[in-house]
Amino acid sequence: MHRVLHAFADPFAFRQALPDIWSGFLINVHMMVIAEALVLVLALLIAIIRGLPGRGAKPFRGLAILYTDFFRGTPLTIVAFACILGLPGLGYSVVRNASSEALGVVALTIVYTAYVTEVYRAGIESVHGSQRMAARSLGLSYMQALRYVVLPQAIRRVIPPLLNDFIGLQKDTAIIGAIGVTEAAAQGTNYANSYFNFTGYLVGAVFFVYLTIPLARYTDHIIRERERRERAAMV
Amino acid sequence: MSAQPFVSLKGVTKRFGDLEVLRRVDLEVSEHNVVCLIGASGSGKSTLLRCINLLERVEEGEIVVDGQMVTNGKVDVNALRRKIGIVFQAYNLFPHMTVLQNVSLGPRKVRRLDRQQAHRAAMELLVRIGLEDKADEYPDRLSGGQQQRVAIARALAMNPKILLLDEITSALDPQLVSEVLNLVRSLTEVGMTMIIATHEMSFAREVSDKVCFLDAGVICEQGPPDQIFSNPAEPRTREFLKRIIEAGRL
Repeated sequence: MHRVLHAFADPFAFRQALPDIWSGFLINVHMMVIAEALVLVLALLIAIIRGLPGRGAKPFRGLAILYTDFFRGTPLTIVAFACILGLPGLGYSVVRNASSEALGVVALTIVYTAYVTEVYRAGIESVHGSQRMAARSLGLSYMQALRYVVLPQAIRRVIPPLLNDFIGLQKDTAIIGAIGVTEAAAQGTNYANSYFNFTGYLVGAVFFVYLTIPLARYTDHIIRERERRERAAMV
Repeated sequence: MSAQPFVSLKGVTKRFGDLEVLRRVDLEVSEHNVVCLIGASGSGKSTLLRCINLLERVEEGEIVVDGQMVTNGKVDVNALRRKIGIVFQAYNLFPHMTVLQNVSLGPRKVRRLDRQQAHRAAMELLVRIGLEDKADEYPDRLSGGQQQRVAIARALAMNPKILLLDEITSALDPQLVSEVLNLVRSLTEVGMTMIIATHEMSFAREVSDKVCFLDAGVICEQGPPDQIFSNPAEPRTREFLKRIIEAGRL
């Protein structure tokens, strides 16, 4: 037991590793924030395309389905390797000069957009058809009904599962560390290689947990608020 | 009476799969007239209303509204719906918007009024329906009757030329029915053209210029209310009214 504690939770090593892990962790946060912003927008776009009516939109719907099916099933590790090691080899100047961190964000965005598209779609489908009908009967166009009536209700409903996916995304930024970005987990490995002590990983874990707890509590809060409102609506 | 009816249906047939919900329906509604559709649930009253503003597509026949053929596929659906207000049984207010936002959404986004104009017009309507003090409440804080009155105001805010009312009191507690019917009555007094699907027989008798009895997708009998309610020609109409009277609804 003592050996385990010494190897993974040594107080001295904890303090010693902290500054490097912290600077690595800032890279995790950076990647996470950019990827989340991109995912929010792109996933909404693809979810809307997937729901477009009519025969003319069929090829677009097909592409959207193909995209979500493919990237929801592909491990992030594979997509990350392909982006970070593969893309620069294509020779386009944009990707040749891109940092591994930026390419890691691309990989995270590609994979998580597929998940979040499904979350949005579930939200859009949960809004009862009579809402769209009421909006259309006022003379609003398809897109206006979507924008002013369907999406505001849909997005409110999917905030909890959305935040859940973002907790997953935050943690998966560590996978990018395995492929050449010196973020928190990679800094933990550096520390372990230099001092034969794994406490650096604990430091990283503590940072990640500290980041997710507020998000998790906020999610709980939103769910509780909604339940309270829905109970009030029933009486 | 004007030469041309405001709404006219000729041979309208609507199917859901194999089921014929409307069969060769003919109906004419003159401007400033009120037509009530009566009949059992599932007789096609709601579908008939939804065909008129193209919420449902008809398979056969033609519908003309305000001199415009709406069943030829080339019509501007959104422009047509601007003239036709509809109110639903389940109110269908937008739960994420306040009462004022519900009523002003159409005017702002479809009629392109600016926010101030739209809000002023919406407030005038809320005063008219007696709910100006609820302007900033969300629909779930209102009673069913109040919600339905807001839904009527939302339809009126588009200045429609005709109003379709789809069993608007059927989901209400009995004591809330009269406030909604009173509002509809006030609309008949200002000459609003209306087609009303309803189970409120005495109300239908009081306000209609014409009553149509629907049975299994067919307009079985139509005529002035006194004739339909006091002296129906068709056995099926008599049977329906007998059951209504037995249920104490007339």
